[in-house]
Amino acid sequence: MSDAALLPTTRDEDWRYADGEWLAAADPAYVGHWRTLDIAPGESKSDYDVHASGGDATAGTVDRLRVHVGKGGRYALFITNAAGPYARHEIEVTLEEGAHFEFGGVTLGGGDYRQEFVTRVNHAPRSTSNQVVRCVQWGRSVGNFLGRIEIPRDSQQVDAAQNFRAILLEAGASANAKPELEIFADDVKAAHGAAIGALDERAAFYMASRGIAPHVARKLLLRAFVADAFEAIADDAMREHMLEQTLERLDEGLL
Amino acid sequence: MLQIENLHATVGGKEILKGLSLTVNAGEVHAIMGPNGAGKSTLSYVLGGRPGYEVTGGSATLDGPDGQIDLLDLEPHERAAAGLFLGFQYPVEIPGVSFVQFLREAANAQRKNRGEEPLSGGEFLKLAKEKAALLKLDMDMLKRPVNVGFSGGEKKRAEMVQMGILNPAFAVLDETDSGLDIDALRVVGDGINAIMRAPDRAVLLITHYQRLLDYVKPDYVHVLADGRIVKTGGPELALMLEDEGYEAVTA
Repeated sequence: MSDAALLPTTRDEDWRYADGEWLAAADPAYVGHWRTLDIAPGESKSDYDVHASGGDATAGTVDRLRVHVGKGGRYALFITNAAGPYARHEIEVTLEEGAHFEFGGVTLGGGDYRQEFVTRVNHAPRSTSNQVVRCVQWGRSVGNFLGRIEIPRDSQQVDAAQNFRAILLEAGASANAKPELEIFADDVKAAHGAAIGALDERAAFYMASRGIAPHVARKLLLRAFVADAFEAIADDAMREHMLEQTLERLDEGLL
Repeated sequence: MLQIENLHATVGGKEILKGLSLTVNAGEVHAIMGPNGAGKSTLSYVLGGRPGYEVTGGSATLDGPDGQIDLLDLEPHERAAAGLFLGFQYPVEIPGVSFVQFLREAANAQRKNRGEEPLSGGEFLKLAKEKAALLKLDMDMLKRPVNVGFSGGEKKRAEMVQMGILNPAFAVLDETDSGLDIDALRVVGDGINAIMRAPDRAVLLITHYQRLLDYVKPDYVHVLADGRIVKTGGPELALMLEDEGYEAVTA
């Protein structure tokens, strides 16, 4: 299949939770476009993005990035996806020997926004990856994480971890997780976890019993929840900046 | 100070409090004892306003600076601002939120509600250190996430540190003695006395055992059974219960 010629549909596994209507009307060249990034052996790069719709909330986004990380290199990517109506960030990473991929993703949305992260990580021997995705959804919005980890037969001593959690603030919101671990080597560590729930009501009451108003309690709890995705940001100021920017989107959406 | 009259409450559609009446005056410490399932924890949650605990009849009022406050009419955080403190039997762990941040937020929310200036970072830390020292809790523990990784005893001491910082007029302490060893029991007992023994304050201690009452001497002891206060006496009632059991004493 040539990338640009055909539009994917929700019948395609990697697009099963996508916005089918949006896709059907999209430009195939736009949807089929991949950005590429090459990290040289031993090099290290970090990218940060807070993606909101800005002025045009009707446009939608499909952003696809193909990353090659050379031997012993490192790529770290942290994204807040607060855009709509359909916003997909897709990242395909090939790790050479001893390379590392770090990913922290947050989706944050209400209305009928559909927001997703799709990752595919291919591991060479002794390469490592760590992915943390947190979704906060309200209204009738949907947050998705489709994460595939590929460890071929000769890729021994790989360590790959994936963790997904979603908080649904209102009854109409939903979240989907689709972890896929394709492991053909035997001396590897691969961990994944997924949990979807409401805001911790016991914690909210505990905070209220100490005098903290519900909207402040909610913000403190969501801040802690979202912070997991940015924990791996080494630079304190940048971590704080990402967190603040992300929580601002939350304020805008919930007020 | 606290007046509860003919209080009825249900949890999940089941009636747990069945006409409970109780008056606690300023300057007094009252203890409530009673068998499992009598409604002791339900009483504390109803007073605190926990969602799911539905009041179906009766009233509960707290004396405030401007007259009587209808507790049941207020949101949980407003009850705290009105001077009510709830000591939890099972304090809740909140990963990712530090105790210092949580308590400063709480203290300043209450001050704001009362029209007082917020505490600065320095003022708050000074107060927190003082109360942590009173309860012999290492100040470093307050830099950790709320109750996460705390032992049972540490959680209970941290509850009392919170009480010291928030400085309530009325405290309902639900089994604050459970999970404490003998030394910790004394520390917590002394803490309750230091923080709450004052002419303008009062305490309702909910407990299973007489031993806490050796340190925090109650003015009155009540027996709660099947959703009502069935017997009231002085401190000697607690000793009698310990010796003879609830069934014999309330028969």
